Formats: sequence, structure tokens, C-alpha cells
Amino acid sequence: MRAIIGRELRSYYNSAIGYVFAAFILLFVGIYTMAINLKGYVSNFEFSLGQMSFVYILAIPIITMRMIAEEKRQKTDQLLYSLPMGMTRVVLGKYFAALIVLAVPVAIICFYPLILSSYGKVNLLSAYGSIFAFFLLGASLISVGMFLSSVTESQVVAAVLSFIAMLINFFISQLANLVSASSMSSFIAMAVLVVVLSIIIRLLVKSGIFAVIFGLVCEIGLIVMFISSRSSFEGLFPTVMKGISMFDRFYSFINGVFDITSVVYFVMVSLVFVFLTIQSLEKRRWN
Amino acid sequence: MIEVRNLTKIYGDHAAVSDLSFTVPSGQIYGFLGPNGAGKTTTMNIITGCLAATSGSVSINGYDIFEDADKAKRLIGYLPEEPPLYPDMTPYEYLDFVAKAKRVPKAEREHRIDEVMKLTRITSVADRLIRNLSKGYRQRVGIAQAILGDPEIIILDEPTVGLDPKQIIEIRELIKSLGENHTVILSSHILSEVRALCDNVLIISRGKLVACDTPENLEKLFSGSSTIELTVRAEEDEVRNALSGIINILEISYKKVGDDGRAEVAITTDGKEDISEKVFFAFCDIRRPILRMNHVRASLEDVFVELTSAKDGAKVYAEKQEDAELESMSGDGSDEFYEGPGSEETEETGNEGGDEQ
Repeated sequence: MRAIIGRELRSYYNSAIGYVFAAFILLFVGIYTMAINLKGYVSNFEFSLGQMSFVYILAIPIITMRMIAEEKRQKTDQLLYSLPMGMTRVVLGKYFAALIVLAVPVAIICFYPLILSSYGKVNLLSAYGSIFAFFLLGASLISVGMFLSSVTESQVVAAVLSFIAMLINFFISQLANLVSASSMSSFIAMAVLVVVLSIIIRLLVKSGIFAVIFGLVCEIGLIVMFISSRSSFEGLFPTVMKGISMFDRFYSFINGVFDITSVVYFVMVSLVFVFLTIQSLEKRRWN
Repeated sequence: MIEVRNLTKIYGDHAAVSDLSFTVPSGQIYGFLGPNGAGKTTTMNIITGCLAATSGSVSINGYDIFEDADKAKRLIGYLPEEPPLYPDMTPYEYLDFVAKAKRVPKAEREHRIDEVMKLTRITSVADRLIRNLSKGYRQRVGIAQAILGDPEIIILDEPTVGLDPKQIIEIRELIKSLGENHTVILSSHILSEVRALCDNVLIISRGKLVACDTPENLEKLFSGSSTIELTVRAEEDEVRNALSGIINILEISYKKVGDDGRAEVAITTDGKEDISEKVFFAFCDIRRPILRMNHVRASLEDVFVELTSAKDGAKVYAEKQEDAELESMSGDGSDEFYEGPGSEETEETGNEGGDEQ
């Protein structure tokens, strides 16, 4: 696994990608710190972090697009398959290398609250809590991007896919608020969501039967739930979307709440998508 | 030792490999022959664990490639069809990565890398980016990767593709020397290469094993109808009359070339007996000169074409083997039978020689 981490880091920093990513993050943190903390006389560093977190939508695909897709295109995945180490170690190695690339700018950001605190009173606890959540958010978004990179051979397709995924993640809770809070509209929205999920499953797994079964089971479950307790559907859709959105969970840290369930959520998302990436690579052997 | 049992790989509704079984003993060079799309690469990918079989099993020195993947893979070095190289690394960095991934102990690593770079002659390009290397050098870096860590079994998928003739000779020598203390499987569609390198040949066609034998045995089995090519100075009638006495001849073709009475004659025989001497004396008798005589035997190429173009190559091969066994059983008798005419012929030679003097 250390061999993989070493190789990945070398390729991040031999090319411009590692530097561009760090520069991109630091540039926006710098701009927002200047605008909010320095010009706006606000002592909360976490607000700048909250405002600039949208940068992940663009920055994460930069590091995740090549992770697996490039191996497939160069046919170097054959080497990885024939080496005496399982796909788990390969994928974890790649994931940890990407985390290190993410940790570099985050480590630099850690100095900002300290610098600010020498000119006034800064709530260091919430600032560092937010930086920690910022890193976790990045880590789980990287796992999503890595998985999307494993479903295609083209870096461009991988980048576009993860860009869309990040974008949906970013806007989903705001969009969900547009759905009226009545139980009927929540039910319809959930039903549509299940159909969309089934289509995504069909595209990823390439098994129509599996997607149809998944869709049917979920839809029937929804109908049963809707008939048995209609009231529980009131405002359900926006709540579910808020729960799913990683950015929304990050904002609670900005507001000074160190939410353990959200930490668990970020870790779970990372684990699930690392697992899915491993499965996606293992599956390639069976096709 | 590699044991492949009832290997089947199905893509959609197309069977790339079906019910393939063979065993490769340690310390031999095996050649994998087959036309394009016969399933060579698929089989190699399955043996090395890059691909999962639909059914069947592969075991390397007793370790199943799926159950004991790590142990089995540590015994194998694999060069896939396209060398799996990272273009943004130098050969040294790349080999260092592979050595780490193959868990070559740190103390030996540098020494091992130097060793394989010397063997594959890439030391001079060790610090150039792989991106900038020519196809030949890339192929060699790929081979270096496969033999790094001294695996017992080396599997090479078309190792000499894209190399110039001098490099091909070098790589063949390297493979030959590797074969002295490794098990090597190589696939190729260059028959002369397989002929020169391999102790044994596996011919597969349409995903099935057709034949497995030494190249010499295959050629012997398929020597069936051999052809003798002659350049003579004689008319067609004279040739046909002269040769009418030899019973083994199936067909004679005659073609005039040039104005000085030269003709090309091709004699197809049933291959049961070498008739070149008889042909020689037949022309002596009519006092017509043979200017050139060439005995064309079935080569590995013919074997390959015959086996892979047949609908059921394995059956053709089995029939040939049966024939050969029958012949060898009646072999003792027939040898004695031939001794008579053989000695007569030598006497005749003496007579003829005398005549000419």
C-alpha cells in the first residue's frame, strides 16, 4: 500500500495537479479571509471557510478525475491486478494519497486562525472544528469522485461526472425546499427520486433486472409507508435531502455545532464509496 | 507448475475460452500459439489473475489464483499485451515502484533493479521519462517489470512485438536464458520464434486447446504429404514416364521456365517414404540432369494452418496421433521390409557410378 501511496503522490506533485489544487483552495480561502475577517471586521474564521466551501465543486474533480480512469486508459490497471496485493490495498493507497494532497492546503489553513488571533479575539475552538469538518467534507467528496473515476476510462467524463455530483450535493437542500411541505408532494418527490436512483444503478451496474427490482421494492415500501402513516411524509423530502447533503452537514459546524453524527456520516460516506470503488475494480475482472 | 483445469470464459454470449485444460511443468518454455482472437490473451489474463474465469480453476504451484491470490501472484511475473507503464515516470522510478509493490526486501531492491535493467539493457535510459522512450525500450521496461523480483513463472504476451530485428534476437536470447531456471509461457504469432525458443507448443483455436506437443513431434505428425521441388532439363513426357515407376507419387506438376529447356517440377508424395533417391536415379536412367532438388516437409506453419483452420482441430490432431501410433506398432516389420530395397539401391548407386565413369 505504501508503494501505491508513494507512486500516487509522485504523480500528483510531478505534474501540476497537486500544486494547482493547493493553490486553488488557498487562493479562495485567502480571498474570503480578506473580505470577511480583515475588511469585514468579523472575528469568526469559520465564516470565510463556509463561504468558500463551494470551491470544492471545482477543486475535487481536479484531483479525483485521473485516479482510476487514467489507470484504465493506460492499461496500467493490468499491472495492479497482477501485483501480489488486493484491490482493497490499491484503492486505499490511492485514497490516502488523495487525502494527503488535500491535507497539504488544509494544514496551511490551520495557521490562519492563529494569525488572526494575534490581532483580536478569535474563537479557536469553532474555527478548528470547522477546519476539521472542512477536511472531512473534502475527504468524503474525494471518495465520491474516486468512485465516479472508476466507472469510466476517460478523465474528462470522470471530471464531468464528479462535477455534476458535487453540484447536486451542493444545491440539493435548496432545491428540495422548493418542493411544498405537503405529504403528497413529498411522496411524489420520493417516488421520483427512487426512479432516478434505479436509472443510476442501471447505468453503473449494467443489470436491468437488479435496477428494476431495486426500484420496485423501494416504490412498494414507499406506498406502504404512505398508506400506513400519511402524516410522517409531511416535510419528509426536504429533511431527507438535508440529511444527504454533505455541504449542509458542514454548515452546522460553521454555526458552531460540533455534530458527532455528521462526523460519523462523513466517515460512512467515505467508507461506502471506497468500498464501491473496490467493487467497481473487482467487477472489471468479471466482465 | 501451472495447472489449468476446465477453464471457461464467456463474454456475453461468446465463449472466448471454453473448457481449456493443460499443465505446464516447472523449468520449461511453453509457446502459446493461435490465430488472432483464439483466446491467448484471455487465457494469460486468467492465469495471472487479471481476469476472472466463468468456470474452471488455475493453480500455481498448488496455490489457487483466486483463493490464494497473493501467494500465487508472487510466483508470477506478467508482461501483458501492452506493457503497463506509467508514462510520467522514469524506468528506474517505475521499477522501484514495482519492486516495492512486489515486496522485494529493501536491502536487495537496488541490486535487483540494476540486475534486471542490465539483463534487458535499459540502463542507458534509466533516467529518461517512459513517455519519451521508443516502443522497443518500453517493451523492454515491460519485460524488466515482469522478471523483477525473480518470480518462478514468467508469462509474456507477445514479447517481441514492436522490436527491431536486433532487439528481437536479444530478447529471444534473454528468454532462452530465463528458461534455464524459470518456467516461461510466451504467446506469439511468429512461428519461427516459437520453433526456436519453446520446448513445447500449445496450439489453441476458437478458445479450445487443439494440440500440445514439442514442435518436432508436431512437424513429424503432420509431415503427411510432403513435396519435392525439382528444377530439371527435360520435356514433360520424359519426366512423367521416368517417374511413373515410383508408386508413392500422388501428383506431378510441370512448368517450363526460360528458353534453355529448364522446367520446374513439383512432386507431391504420400509422405510414407523418402523418395528423393528414387527420383534421382529415375532421372539418371533417362540421362536428364537434375539442377536443383528441394525437399519440402510440413513445417510448424503448415501444422498451425491445418489445425487452426479445421473446424475441430483437436480431432484432427487426435487422428494424426492415432495414425502415428498405428504406424509405430507396425514399425518393426516395415523397417525390415524396407531394408531389402534400401540395400539394392546402394548397390545400384555403385553400378550407376561405375557407368558414369
